[in-house]
Amino acid sequence: MKLKISILVFISCIQFAYSQNTNSLIDAVRAIPSVDLKTLDGKTVNSGNFDNEGKPMIISFWATWCTPCKKELSNIAEVYSDWQKETGVKIIAVTIDDSRNVTKVQPYVDSQSWEYEVLSDANGDLKRALNVNTIPHTFLVNGDKKIVWQHTSYVEGDEFHLYDEVKKLVNKQ
Amino acid sequence: MLKKLLFFSFSLFSLNSLAQEATPQTPDYGELHGNFQVDAQYYNKDSAIGAPNVPEKIRMNAFGNLIYTRGHFTAGARIETYLNALQGFDQRYKGVGIPYRFITYDYKGLEITAGNFYEQFGSGMILRAYEERGLGYDNVFDGMRIKYMPIKGLYLKGFIALQRTFFDRGPGIVRAFDGEININELFKKLEEAKARFIIGGSFVSKFQRDQDPVYKLPENVGAWSARLTFLYGKFNLSGEYAYKINDPSSVNAFIYKPGSGLLVTASWSTKGLGIVVGAKRIDNMDFRSDRTATGNNLNINYLPALTRQHTYNLPATIYPYATQPNGELALQAEVTYKIKKETKLGGKYGTTITVNYSTVNGLDTTQLHNGLGYEAKFFSTKGKAYFRDFNIEFARKISPKVKLVLQYLNFVYNKDVVQGLSGYGTVYADIGIVDVTYKFNQKYALRMELQSLTTKQDMGNWAMGLLEFTHTKYFIAVMNQYNYGNSDEKKRLHYPNISLGYLMDKVRITATYGRQRAGIFCVGGVCRVVPASNGLTLSVSMSF
Repeated sequence: MKLKISILVFISCIQFAYSQNTNSLIDAVRAIPSVDLKTLDGKTVNSGNFDNEGKPMIISFWATWCTPCKKELSNIAEVYSDWQKETGVKIIAVTIDDSRNVTKVQPYVDSQSWEYEVLSDANGDLKRALNVNTIPHTFLVNGDKKIVWQHTSYVEGDEFHLYDEVKKLVNKQ
Repeated sequence: MLKKLLFFSFSLFSLNSLAQEATPQTPDYGELHGNFQVDAQYYNKDSAIGAPNVPEKIRMNAFGNLIYTRGHFTAGARIETYLNALQGFDQRYKGVGIPYRFITYDYKGLEITAGNFYEQFGSGMILRAYEERGLGYDNVFDGMRIKYMPIKGLYLKGFIALQRTFFDRGPGIVRAFDGEININELFKKLEEAKARFIIGGSFVSKFQRDQDPVYKLPENVGAWSARLTFLYGKFNLSGEYAYKINDPSSVNAFIYKPGSGLLVTASWSTKGLGIVVGAKRIDNMDFRSDRTATGNNLNINYLPALTRQHTYNLPATIYPYATQPNGELALQAEVTYKIKKETKLGGKYGTTITVNYSTVNGLDTTQLHNGLGYEAKFFSTKGKAYFRDFNIEFARKISPKVKLVLQYLNFVYNKDVVQGLSGYGTVYADIGIVDVTYKFNQKYALRMELQSLTTKQDMGNWAMGLLEFTHTKYFIAVMNQYNYGNSDEKKRLHYPNISLGYLMDKVRITATYGRQRAGIFCVGGVCRVVPASNGLTLSVSMSF
């Protein structure tokens, strides 16, 4: 009984969401949720204020213990300056390392000479707000600060697909 | 049930009323997003590996999250399903329910949440609620929380809540307050100063009635902590000290000793080089909202392990380390250095070398017979050895097509203490890993892993091989683990399995067929024991 009602209510929620034809609630386009993160030097930054002056942004979730995440960011690091020159795209690398590993983040980033803006989401608040199940998970944000594309997991070569999506955005403008 | 109905009708009501507020020209109904994850397993009989009999044949863990946002308002819920819970998960996860739902509104630095929320104070040594769905770990709070930022640089949080235990809530009420001051944010003059200070403090108290017929137990257990972070350029020094009054519980065998925790880390880095050192002392610091709870249930705090978090199969699942909350002394150092590219040693693309060492001992204690349990020296190397881990890693891109990772590890692992067993003693193990990736072109790649673990103790030697072929849309992987060195010839078993996966941006579907070795599955220092199994696992994950 309890279960039936819960499920009915849930379904009606979804139906309500889909019934709004004029401006669908579940849209391909999505705003960046507003969650407090920390810079590696301890400043508080709200994800709602992410900005790249009208150019695209990539939000990439990673952790020091996540091998495919590091592979993705290392592979992009090799072409990042070209990407920036061609499209002005900015990468925000959000680490979900908790207090076990968070002190290893800055040393690792520096050892790899990454030029990304690195932010800490130590208790997974942004991860949860963006419904990230597993990392790596990458979001592409357009010039109007809307999430237009996302991708979970990383295999060799995925960065080219990602960059194609970035170029599509830039060419649209 | 009534509460849940009320909550949902309230959510629906608020959706409607908010929708009506919007102007007709540009209707703004807010946004609705979520995700799903389904893990189902079909179990075969396999007495050779000791797979337990599963009468249901098929079991499933699944959940769906829904988050609605409009302006400053957010509401969300999660439906969880365990029919029945997969092997290795706590079987008290049973049935279908909505253990997580919340509403939040934030306005000008003030944020109020009713219902469930996750939270962390400082390093988490005094309080941390988080979830690791893959482990079945979820100690989310359920109550009311207020966060307030009166001025930039000053952050206040307070709440009163119960904690989740499976589909129910635990008996203890948690009252918590945390304050943090960022000196450089607070004073405009210091905003861009090279020296930066962040100080913080927390107070947490739990209330649980004493119904014990014999002992007089504290009903209110208070704990406090103080923390400081000092930064100077790329130098970082962080420390936190936590103290808890006497809190007799099942985990500490009902002793009246107060608990404490100290965590200090320092790091320094420059382009191409990073150094981290850390020290930790934990003394009787298990803290739960139910004094009788054990396992991964109703923890109020989180005690980070000061050891490297391994991800390669053999080191990660055969001898993983987790903090011993009743007492340990740990030290860790790690150096990461990237040898420059276009040099003789570094090669064309550079080589990254990581050296890590950690050592964990028990505290040096003297037994007492006055109810306090024991007395421990603050610093002494005479405590029992729990864990030693020396590891070195080379990662090098050899050519545009080939990448190589080499790792060597040496473990000293007190299996009795770490896994809470007896009769296994201490294991001395050497592990070697080779990981090669070959990239055919922008779409196809092949990866091979070879791992070897050699030890004279426990289950003896292991070998592991993996071959993984990936395309940007799908992958296929075959893996085998072989316990060739087991002293019992009947246990020299192979654990082969094959995985297929389909990747479609925000969707991931994988199927795995074969044997799964009994082992310990850990994420972030929290572990779950997984029994051996044989069968087909199907996982589907999607976010929207």
